[in-house]
Amino acid sequence: MKALSQNRRHPMVGVALLLLGLLLTGGLYSLASNINSASAYSQADYTSADNISDGETLFNANCASCHGIGATGGPAGPSLVGVGAASVDFQVGTGRMPLQMTGPQGQEKQNQFNEEQTMQMAAYVHSLGAGPSIPEDEYLDADHADVNLARGGELFRVNCAMCHSASAGGGALTRGKYAPTLHGVEEEHIYEAMVTGPQNMPVFSDSNLTPEDKRDVIAYLKEFETQGYPGGASLGSLGPVAEGLFVWTGGLALLIGFMVWMTTRSS
Amino acid sequence: MGEQRHGDPGKPGAVERAGDDSGNFAIEDPGLPPHRPRITDEDPRAAKRAERQVSFLFILSIIGTIVFFVGYFGVGQLPLDETDMGIIRLQNTLLGLGTAFAMLGIGVGIVQWGRALMPDHEWVEERESVANEEDRSDAVNMINDIADESQIKRRPLLRNTLIGALAIAPLPAVAMFRDLDNTGNQSEDPAQNFGVERMRHTMWDTGTRLVRDVTGTPIKAEDVTIGSALHVVPDGLLDMEHDKLNQKAKAVVLLMRLNPEQMQISDGREDWHVDGIVAYSKICTHVGCPIALYEQHTHHLLCPCHQSTYDLTQECKVVFGPASHPLPQLPITVDNDGYLVAQSDFQEPVGPVYWERDPRPAEERGA
Repeated sequence: MKALSQNRRHPMVGVALLLLGLLLTGGLYSLASNINSASAYSQADYTSADNISDGETLFNANCASCHGIGATGGPAGPSLVGVGAASVDFQVGTGRMPLQMTGPQGQEKQNQFNEEQTMQMAAYVHSLGAGPSIPEDEYLDADHADVNLARGGELFRVNCAMCHSASAGGGALTRGKYAPTLHGVEEEHIYEAMVTGPQNMPVFSDSNLTPEDKRDVIAYLKEFETQGYPGGASLGSLGPVAEGLFVWTGGLALLIGFMVWMTTRSS
Repeated sequence: MGEQRHGDPGKPGAVERAGDDSGNFAIEDPGLPPHRPRITDEDPRAAKRAERQVSFLFILSIIGTIVFFVGYFGVGQLPLDETDMGIIRLQNTLLGLGTAFAMLGIGVGIVQWGRALMPDHEWVEERESVANEEDRSDAVNMINDIADESQIKRRPLLRNTLIGALAIAPLPAVAMFRDLDNTGNQSEDPAQNFGVERMRHTMWDTGTRLVRDVTGTPIKAEDVTIGSALHVVPDGLLDMEHDKLNQKAKAVVLLMRLNPEQMQISDGREDWHVDGIVAYSKICTHVGCPIALYEQHTHHLLCPCHQSTYDLTQECKVVFGPASHPLPQLPITVDNDGYLVAQSDFQEPVGPVYWERDPRPAEERGA
């Protein structure tokens, strides 16, 4: 520390600081762009033998404490045999796994792994038993020529809106669980959630909603995001609860303010 | 009236104390606080300023009204296919702000007028004595006057027709409630029934195929994997020309698959499921909201309206919330082509309780 404070006026300090700053920014940027480059990897053949063995190493280091060696399940986590690559990509790709803490529901957070590592683990879990695989890009394309937005909206309202709310803003379930918002969720993750049924969400397998149906739903959600909020603030798109709370706290405070003003004497 | 005694605004503490029995109080009546003149009472410039404030608020109200019309006619009047949300949002903002300022300007202005400029001297209004002989005789006289002037005694025709009209007027209500009685209005076609009979039956019948809502495709047993939730309507409903929504509101069903070992099945329902595939009415038995919030691991079905929670493993018994009885189960089986079909209609009415419904569970009803 002494050497640092003695040399703080050295002519090279500026250069050193600049280098340090550049390194930090560059490092953070490459990390961030890695995180944001999801789905660029999806259809590369991720199930190669190399990926499977790398994925096994990652799995044993990060997941096996709960899910058990060989992913056969442990005291704190279920067996992952047969959950498929889509499940891994969803759970790890949205940051839900590894769990931050036990609770009613695993929560979305900053990813712990980059796209490549996620795919390696997906390849490993895929190798344990057949399950839903990573969706094909064709079914994630919201601008595909065959997309029927109105049908997507109808499917969404019948199958999804009761939990995720008509505005896709999410909603409460029982005992601390909740359906998360769908705004800003990547196409790939929406598809994977439907096909795997993460946590307490029901499964919407291809025999229930065909891949084309899922694409319509995704396209509707993406169209919805571009629509804006004609009423002003969305208040989290939670519907009447958020709006009621807003009116109660804001509106009543305003009314009480007016009442106090009306009943005081003018100076 | 006319009993108020006015204090003299010029003299502080000039208001008289109420009543003549001041000597009988254990604690001396402190009376009203001394009158304190406002700044606008004494300083003409302050009064002028208050006047300007009030008129500014009124002008603000005028501007608000103008803003409303700018929003309504100037910005808006979009054709229905207009998709520019920015313009709609601007219009909404102008309409809202304009109306708010138009109303608030007048209201706040008048209050400020009263607070700052109108006379503010205190006055006491004496309470009138409660039982006043004079008032009583006035009231009797008034009633006699009404009887005389309306000539109701002299003109029995008027009186009798009025009584007749009053007697008949409530009959439409009787007729409407009579429609809820189910005796003698059953028809061959369940859709033609009304009243309770209409609630008792749905479109489900022996051999009616279960089809997916929206797409209308039939469902094979292997399509329903464990953890799935399928939203189901009876075959033919989606093609109905009229009464479709009423029929759908009664017949919607949620189809799920459980591990058969987890299910607690009561007597008589052993063959209502197909390898763990169960179908339950989607209409909450509390006030009829559609229930479809299915949690695949807890096997809970949650109603979004009042949080009634049903446990699927216990034949949709209510485990939380205001609903009073379990969701009706639709008995299902598989037809020759492998598609899921209903064995019959629901064995009990779907939806909220009504008075002819026995709320007791089946074994206690002796059914």
